Amino acid sequence: MLLDSSLEDRRRERHLVAVRAGVAGVLVLLALSLVAARLVRLQVEQHEHFSVLSRDNRVKVQPVPPTRGLIYDAQGVLLADNHPSFSLEITVEKVEDLAGTINALSAIIPVDAKDLARFERLKRQRVRFQGVPLRLNLTPEEVARFSIDSHRFPGVDVRAELIRSYPRGELTAHVLGYVGRINTEEMTRIDTSDYAGTHFIGKGGVEKAHEGLLHGHVGHQQVEVNARGRVLRTLEGKAPVPGRDLHLFLDIGVQRAATEALGDNRGAVVAIDPRTGGVLALVSKPSFDPNLFVEGIAQPDYHALLYSPDKPLYNRAVRGQYPPGSTVKPFVALAGLAAGVVDASKPKYCPGAYQLPGQSHRYRCWRRGGHGTVALEQAVVQSCDVYFYDLAHDLGIDRLKGFLGTFGFGSLTGVDVAGELGGLMPSREWKERARKQPWYPGETLIVGIGQGAFLATPLQLAVATATLANRGHYIQPRVARASQVPGSRETQELPALTHPVDVGDPQHWDQVIRAMTEVIEGARGTAKRIQTEAYRIAGKTGTSQVFTVGQKESYNAARLDKRMHDHALFIAFAPVEDPRIAVVAIVENGGHGGAVAAPVARQVMDAHLGGSKLLVRGESDHGE
Amino acid sequence: MGNRPASASLESPQDPAGSGLLGRLHLDVPLLLGLLVLCAFGLVVLYSASNQDLGSVKRQLVRLGLALGLMFALAQVHPARLRSWTPPVYGLGLLMLVAVLLVGDVGKGAQRWLDLGFMRFQPSELLKLAVPMMVAWLFAARPLPPSLLRVLGAAALTLVPVLLIAKQPDLGTAILVAAAGAAGLFIGGLSWRLIMAIAAAGASMAPLLWYNMRDYQRQRVLTFLDPESDPLGTGYHIIQSQIAIGSGGAFGKGWLNGTQSHLEFLPERHTDFILAVIGEELGLVGILALLALYLFIIYRGLSIAANASDSYGRVLAGGLSLVFFVYVFVNTGMVIGLLPVVGVPLPLVSYGGTSMVTLMAGFGMLMAVQTHRKAFQF
Repeated sequence: MLLDSSLEDRRRERHLVAVRAGVAGVLVLLALSLVAARLVRLQVEQHEHFSVLSRDNRVKVQPVPPTRGLIYDAQGVLLADNHPSFSLEITVEKVEDLAGTINALSAIIPVDAKDLARFERLKRQRVRFQGVPLRLNLTPEEVARFSIDSHRFPGVDVRAELIRSYPRGELTAHVLGYVGRINTEEMTRIDTSDYAGTHFIGKGGVEKAHEGLLHGHVGHQQVEVNARGRVLRTLEGKAPVPGRDLHLFLDIGVQRAATEALGDNRGAVVAIDPRTGGVLALVSKPSFDPNLFVEGIAQPDYHALLYSPDKPLYNRAVRGQYPPGSTVKPFVALAGLAAGVVDASKPKYCPGAYQLPGQSHRYRCWRRGGHGTVALEQAVVQSCDVYFYDLAHDLGIDRLKGFLGTFGFGSLTGVDVAGELGGLMPSREWKERARKQPWYPGETLIVGIGQGAFLATPLQLAVATATLANRGHYIQPRVARASQVPGSRETQELPALTHPVDVGDPQHWDQVIRAMTEVIEGARGTAKRIQTEAYRIAGKTGTSQVFTVGQKESYNAARLDKRMHDHALFIAFAPVEDPRIAVVAIVENGGHGGAVAAPVARQVMDAHLGGSKLLVRGESDHGE
Repeated sequence: MGNRPASASLESPQDPAGSGLLGRLHLDVPLLLGLLVLCAFGLVVLYSASNQDLGSVKRQLVRLGLALGLMFALAQVHPARLRSWTPPVYGLGLLMLVAVLLVGDVGKGAQRWLDLGFMRFQPSELLKLAVPMMVAWLFAARPLPPSLLRVLGAAALTLVPVLLIAKQPDLGTAILVAAAGAAGLFIGGLSWRLIMAIAAAGASMAPLLWYNMRDYQRQRVLTFLDPESDPLGTGYHIIQSQIAIGSGGAFGKGWLNGTQSHLEFLPERHTDFILAVIGEELGLVGILALLALYLFIIYRGLSIAANASDSYGRVLAGGLSLVFFVYVFVNTGMVIGLLPVVGVPLPLVSYGGTSMVTLMAGFGMLMAVQTHRKAFQF
């Protein structure tokens, strides 16, 4: 009986659902018929009415792009400005006789072959129903001439746009970067609705790093337009939120001094205020005119920059990775003191070369005759390689890497200049990963004198020097100090990360800083030519090898091509008692750090601290 | 109407989807064909509506691939297993809805997203599937038609998530989830007398609903009743979309040639208002072809429901098919001015991923109900 009733239930269920599905089907058909009836009414019966409305459609919503924030230096000097620019645009879809229109236009506004070539190129890549620029940078007279005749040119508009300009040109190109037209790759990264009216985006430097602050947020307006899409008047809308102005730590005076000090050399200068981590100057030479890139650089000009052997587009200050050479010795000395493997008062003996136990390879000191007996201070002052070979050997690569890492070697500083590279702090793990080889003890020695695989950017060296000047207070470097809503008084400081560097006994700072002061003031100092009465400097010279000298050879600059010459390096901070500036100068293929790079750093410090003119001593002093 | 009489299929010795490669892959050929044609149509329209942005089309294609993958995977799952998964899936969905109210991300003024760390997820989408599953599960435990107690239970299981979603607030999704529950009740055999009573109660509850709506929701209803009263605000959408459709006429202005669409009169033209682009560029003929496609898919779904071998499959398949219909009706109704503006996309045509994935998952379950039918009977 039970089986019967369940069979009966199943039959009843099946019937019930089939009926319901059928009813639902009828209801669906009815509902969609209602939709279809409404469509017939709109598209057939009222078609004429809506066609007229469509032709006369007058109100549309347009995005209003925000104004990009301006950039000022520490003294309030304007470094990035917006200026209005008018361009003549043709909406190809709305023009019946394109060739005739361009002909008639060129009668009132000059159009040359270059303009036509660009127009043809952009026309092929255009988005339908969007204007293609025929002429850029119209003069006010040209705008006026076109306005009078504009009724003759349906589909042709003058568009006003704010164009970025960099009044200091080459001077700020590497640190500020520049803005340029948004490309397809960038389209995938940005919020396209927020950039609906924006045509430019930061492409490098501060402009890219602070894109979010500088750009602002899009607004909307409802505008009355005629049938051809020409705007007649604005009805209402929501104003855009303008981008925030940036106030930098960068001081254009110091920046210019650094640029001039480098002269025609290739190289980089980074100056940091140790108290704030603020970047006072960030220079890479040679430079380029960023204004060329804003509206799109012409192909030949771009190729000239791109393929120049001097690489003017390459930002050496944050992307140039150089062996730090002897400039790393103060930090290695601190590592030894902090770990207790050296005692500042206990000397080592330098016979001119160093050998690891049981190995025949001789690690040479730069002075072939040796330094004799040297303690830590003289080892830094005279840059004795053997002293640091022994120190590094006792310390070992793991502790050396760990300690130098706290100064920022081997990792990105996080500076607000886009495109920064992180250098290379060699370690066992790196060797295993990159070269599939174990670490050899001899490599530790080479790292100890800042050569070999060890690489640092000028910025990293400047940050490390500022940290030393601060006696262990590491501050993340920043170019921008604060942002500000345009027109308001209230500014908002940008935050920076900090961390302490521990060297055990604080006296270790004094010992190393005293040694660095002797580099400038001592009788045997490698940078004594830059000594000044105006303030006291602590520094360290360095040379980074471009060319590896063989075991039995010696380095002879005269025999080498100029591009194979060593790079000259110098790190310094001043005044010693109360540091207000830390500087790194690198002159590519400049030779000795003391002779070439130190005077550059001195001029930068003078510009910031207001010192006297460079006091040039005799040519008696040697580099390392 | 398309669905065969129920009794015929009982004796029918041959399962229509049981033979051939696609049958062995548990794919229902008519449904799959209908969906693929619809999606292809959608991509062609999207290319125009996005101002010929191939990037948007490619992104949509990737989502479509994902959605089809999920559909295929779910089609392999035996309905008996789906049935056993139902309470945990529903419970999880409910938990996530509560979580989203407590810790969810706010997007466009509404709290809808749950950030899981590796992806952002909209729990309300899951409920579009979980609610019809739950109603089916409840009804399948005893022979149909359901007792009053079960009807009340199903109503409660539907209303709790609906209220949670409406609170986010996301009116469009709340309506769809409510429709999912209601569709399950209807297919499951809710008595006609009760249906009439609920309709009467609903009409009398309207004022209560009005007072619980957010300002912008009320504004939408007011604007719907008289779009001309606010030609620059919310009425703008309705007026512009009707101009676009009306000016398209019988045969349209031609693909890529809609002036309303390309001169940027039409807001949201590649998402919720994409039907207006179709109407303008492809005309009445284009929209009717689209509606015919939808009708075909809905009928195939209802036919699967009618022929399913157990109540769980029947109620689930019917519920899912009718939710798909509600999608179509609410969206087209809103674009042509029959219904107020609520955020419901044109299914499988509008740009956007979440609804596409959920819809395809639903079709995967429909295919599972259809293709595992024979094996389950024995």
